Amino acid sequence: MKWQSRYLPLAANMGLFSVMAVFGSVSYTGFFSVQAFLNLLIDNAFLVIVATGMTFVILTGGIDLSVGSVVALSTMVLAELVERQHWSIAFAIPVVLFMGIAFGALMGWLIQRFRLQPFIVTLAGMFLARGLCYLISIDSISITDPTYTDLAQMRISLGSDAAAVSLSAVLALLVLIAAVFVAHFTEFGRTVYAMGGNQHSATLMGLPVPRTMVLVYTLSGFCSALGGVVFTFYMLSGYGLHAVGLELDAIAAVVIGGTLLSGGIGYVAGTLFGVLTLGIIQSLIMFDGSLSSWWTRIVIGALLFVFCVLQRVFEARPQSG
Amino acid sequence: MRRIRNHPLLWPVLTLLLILVVNATLNPGFWKLQWRDGHLYGSVIDILNRAAPLMLVSLGMTLVIATRGIDISVGAVVAISASVAALMIGGTLVIHDGVPSYVSRYPMPLAIGCALLVAVVCGLWNGLLVAKIGLQPIIATLILMVAGRGIAQLVTGGQIVTVYYAPYFYMGNGYLWGLPFALFIALAVYVLLYCAVSHTALGLFIQAIGINPSAARLAGVKQRLISVCVYAFCGLTAGIAGLIISSNVKSADGNNAGNLMELDAILAVTLGGTLLTGGRFSLAGSLIGALIIQALTSTIYSIGVPPEINLVVKASVVFVVMLMQSAEFRRTLHTWVFVRRSPL
Repeated sequence: MKWQSRYLPLAANMGLFSVMAVFGSVSYTGFFSVQAFLNLLIDNAFLVIVATGMTFVILTGGIDLSVGSVVALSTMVLAELVERQHWSIAFAIPVVLFMGIAFGALMGWLIQRFRLQPFIVTLAGMFLARGLCYLISIDSISITDPTYTDLAQMRISLGSDAAAVSLSAVLALLVLIAAVFVAHFTEFGRTVYAMGGNQHSATLMGLPVPRTMVLVYTLSGFCSALGGVVFTFYMLSGYGLHAVGLELDAIAAVVIGGTLLSGGIGYVAGTLFGVLTLGIIQSLIMFDGSLSSWWTRIVIGALLFVFCVLQRVFEARPQSG
Repeated sequence: MRRIRNHPLLWPVLTLLLILVVNATLNPGFWKLQWRDGHLYGSVIDILNRAAPLMLVSLGMTLVIATRGIDISVGAVVAISASVAALMIGGTLVIHDGVPSYVSRYPMPLAIGCALLVAVVCGLWNGLLVAKIGLQPIIATLILMVAGRGIAQLVTGGQIVTVYYAPYFYMGNGYLWGLPFALFIALAVYVLLYCAVSHTALGLFIQAIGINPSAARLAGVKQRLISVCVYAFCGLTAGIAGLIISSNVKSADGNNAGNLMELDAILAVTLGGTLLTGGRFSLAGSLIGALIIQALTSTIYSIGVPPEINLVVKASVVFVVMLMQSAEFRRTLHTWVFVRRSPL
């Protein structure tokens, strides 16, 4: 019984993804091809990375609303360093990643040390990161550095046929594999799950709860910065209005992927399916042609609703807090 | 003196005064009021007019936060209500016997009624998700925040709907007794709400729910009913704000109307001294909070820095305010000061 309720949201999501894939393949010619599915991964690589970081935060029962802005700030800083300061990519990217780590760690420290609510701290972080983008520049900075564009356009061929993936898709998969390892085979991962289950019990069990709390937001900051780097591969520009509303997409992907919002239950692999589900909705709406783009928002909202209600129905234990 | 020092509105009022003083120093004509075209004219009046929608949304948000909730869908509800009203009024120029006159698509009261009804339904939806299904408030309202913009764009067909019906403009641009009409709407809602929470048990119930929902329920407070009503009311105030905004700019943009309004409203409420953890709340404080935000925006414009910097300033203010509200931070600060002083 316990087993069922734990895997049900994830199973529901995988079922939904398969149904939509079959529906798309039957309805539209050209929908079903290996490349079309690889494109789902290529186009949403940054979302996979950001949502992976978000999964850990939500597993502890917290939330990180700053991810979209941190992605935007990373694109901005990267574009500024590479384009205007003519830094080498080998220096610029680590600097951006470190900035994301520092930003996440600061928010995590505020949340842990002063017992502030995660949503309000990260909301302020969201403001701050967007504002900092505009301090750098109000306009979009396009990246024309040849090494950079080469990296962005690099395609890694899979086997003999035409199917290929981009560097960003490979990065996304690496992050995902690392995240699965961290979640299930390290002390940090076990602490994250234990905290989501019951923070007091986790503390009483002697798990390093305060440290993990800070680290979870640090990890999310790192993933957002890496997501920002991957986003520049995709957009080849830095702009303060990049990735507006990305935090909602990331949360939606995590929830649809079967992670309980109250924390403690969920899988990083589920988040991948959550992102792919969001991606396939966009493809379906694009292939249909007659539906306008705002239907995407409405459908994502409706899905979020259905999965939230599903969670409540299948939640085995009483709501905490 | 002691009573003044402990008054909950002391800090918000001081903050507002400080910003006004800064404004006056930077802009010598700040306090100058003129009587022009039958109404008062000046920077202060402008701030009051522009702050009115935020005041309304903050009032609704205050009650939601007081019950330990949060509503991040207000921006989307503003857009939906603005779109519905603008679409139903529309307006065309009709020349009748050589006299041009504007005719609305539907009668204006009907359009306003429909827009407000839709806004209340949005609020009810949030309230039911929170109180009946038991979702966390931030997630429950996130759903409408995501879908709401889509719905608003669906209503307007993805375009900016322009209104050509003069009577509708009165709400956002008109003046009554020399003051902006929008201000009167905000104050009327405030007075009604103030009477409701201070002259009936409602205020007490809301505080009880915010302090301890389970205890309130055991004490016989109809917690679920009150929660649903509070969210519905928040939807209503967002709806009115949407009407004022669309009337002010004479159009409705499903994508951008009320953008980031939820953040401003939460900021206004916290600045006004309402605790984010629920319980203690101050309606007058939220009104002052909304004025602080609008005055701050006007300061930033008058300094001449890009308005986008506003975000950094607001973020810093939120950080400071939430740290001041944290008991843990005050304790740390106290220890820090105490330890530093002790060797003396």
